[in-house]
Amino acid sequence: MKIKLFLLITGFLTVFSVSSAIAEGSKLVLTGSSTVAPLALEIAKRFEKGNPGIRVDVQTGGSSRGINDARKGLADIGMVSRALKPEESDLTPYTVAMDGIGIIVHKSNPVQKLSDEQIISIYTGAVENWKEVGGTDSPITVVNKAEGRSTLELFLHHFSLKNSDIKADVVIGDNQQGIKTVSGNPGSIGYVSIGTAEYEERHGTPIRLLPMEGVPATVDNVRDGKFPLSRQLNLVVKGTPSPLANAFIDFAQSKDVHDLIEAQFFVPLESE
Amino acid sequence: MILSKHSFLSRLKANRHGTDGIVSAFLSVLAGLSALLLFLVVLFLVRESWPVFSRGGWHMFLSGQDWYPLEGKFGLVPMVFASLAMMTGSVILAVPFGLAGAIFVRFYAPPVLARAYKIVMALLAGIPSVVFGLWGLTILVPMIAHIQPPGSSLLAAILILALMILPTVALTSLAALDAIPRNILDGAQALAMSRKGQILFVAIPAARAGIIGGILLAMARALGETMAVLMVAGNVVQNPDSLFAPVRALTANIALEMAYATDLHRASLFASGLFLTGVVFLLSWLAFQASERARYRSL
Repeated sequence: MKIKLFLLITGFLTVFSVSSAIAEGSKLVLTGSSTVAPLALEIAKRFEKGNPGIRVDVQTGGSSRGINDARKGLADIGMVSRALKPEESDLTPYTVAMDGIGIIVHKSNPVQKLSDEQIISIYTGAVENWKEVGGTDSPITVVNKAEGRSTLELFLHHFSLKNSDIKADVVIGDNQQGIKTVSGNPGSIGYVSIGTAEYEERHGTPIRLLPMEGVPATVDNVRDGKFPLSRQLNLVVKGTPSPLANAFIDFAQSKDVHDLIEAQFFVPLESE
Repeated sequence: MILSKHSFLSRLKANRHGTDGIVSAFLSVLAGLSALLLFLVVLFLVRESWPVFSRGGWHMFLSGQDWYPLEGKFGLVPMVFASLAMMTGSVILAVPFGLAGAIFVRFYAPPVLARAYKIVMALLAGIPSVVFGLWGLTILVPMIAHIQPPGSSLLAAILILALMILPTVALTSLAALDAIPRNILDGAQALAMSRKGQILFVAIPAARAGIIGGILLAMARALGETMAVLMVAGNVVQNPDSLFAPVRALTANIALEMAYATDLHRASLFASGLFLTGVVFLLSWLAFQASERARYRSL
């Protein structure tokens, strides 16, 4: 009993000493990209646990809202799921992670590569048989993601498509379901987060990641920004960040949150 | 019925301060809490889907066949049809098998076989739906894809659902057949009716209400099933115009998109949940009515 009380008191003391580094009761507001938001929310939860008394408020509204709010001071930190444009140089980006998706086909599919135009034709239903893109004479099963997923958003953005342009045969939720669907149907094509696909391919699941514009789909190429179907996930601030914002950004870029980044199927910047 | 209720109440009164009173008070609080919880769930659904009623209105669900929430298109109708098609198809498949199994066990099977059948049905009822879904996705869907790609289809969903509701139909039918008063069957036998005649014209009519109640419960389960359907149905929002067409059920739609939905999109998912809850309530109420009727008949 006494030991428990002692632990409780020392626990409280440590907690208070940590939080006293940054003013008690402060609030940090993050707004912007709905892709970054779920990750930022997880990071914020862990940050709050380490710094009691601090509240981190995460709101979505798209990357442009992140830019706007950071500029106007409506948010301490903006969340932006792309690299900053030249006209946004008044803001400082801090890259937290990379997001990359790879096109996957069944392992038995002889097609070794597809151009962007071919992928667009397949997904819009203009091409419906593999023989038209150098494969065998078999129908193509187009696997698409459900609305609202960041992988869908990145895919649509890269190929300049609208979701209603896509003629899907199967719509899936998470990456695992996509991999199971493609590995169970030799005529199918889909896209999933590269990290998941690379892991499954290495562990014998009958799928193959296709290169894009000659760049192999690997986690390393996503990390380096070489892979075309990838993007930066940034936290942006205007001018010098406040001590609290600075502490949060440091934490978000540290190794302490790599497990959170990987849990969202994103790629941390430094390799383990 | 009335008599027994009366004597129960009078016993309660006599024992108000005794153990019975305490237990009864305790139980009524627990029962009240579960009822309150159900009420709160419905209230929550109404509150979360309120933006739909105040801003968009029901007509936005009924206008058009397209479901692209990010582009402002909220056509729910194809998914309602898909859910109903899955439910109907699976019931059509499961009822003959379930009923036949129950009749076999009740009237024909040797005791060993009857026991084995009951155990198998109980096991089948206990398998988690995600396991059915995984089996469907890795075995059934590729088999259907051989006949006609993509394989993920209304047919796959119907087959999986039929397998899932089969134990519900079989076990409730069996219970209904078991509950037929002995004297009714003895009477049939005394009239020198054949076995077939006894089953078709005496046993099944006598157990009818219980069997129908079981079927309604199975329908509610088929309609509410999410995970297995999500994994095998293909989830493309379109009217179910062919058995091989991939379709999306209302439940699958909620599971697929809820985690990433905001604003009106989120509210419309809650509204479809409210609708589903309403239909399942209706089915359960009908099933309850049917089983009540069955009870009166046997008394």
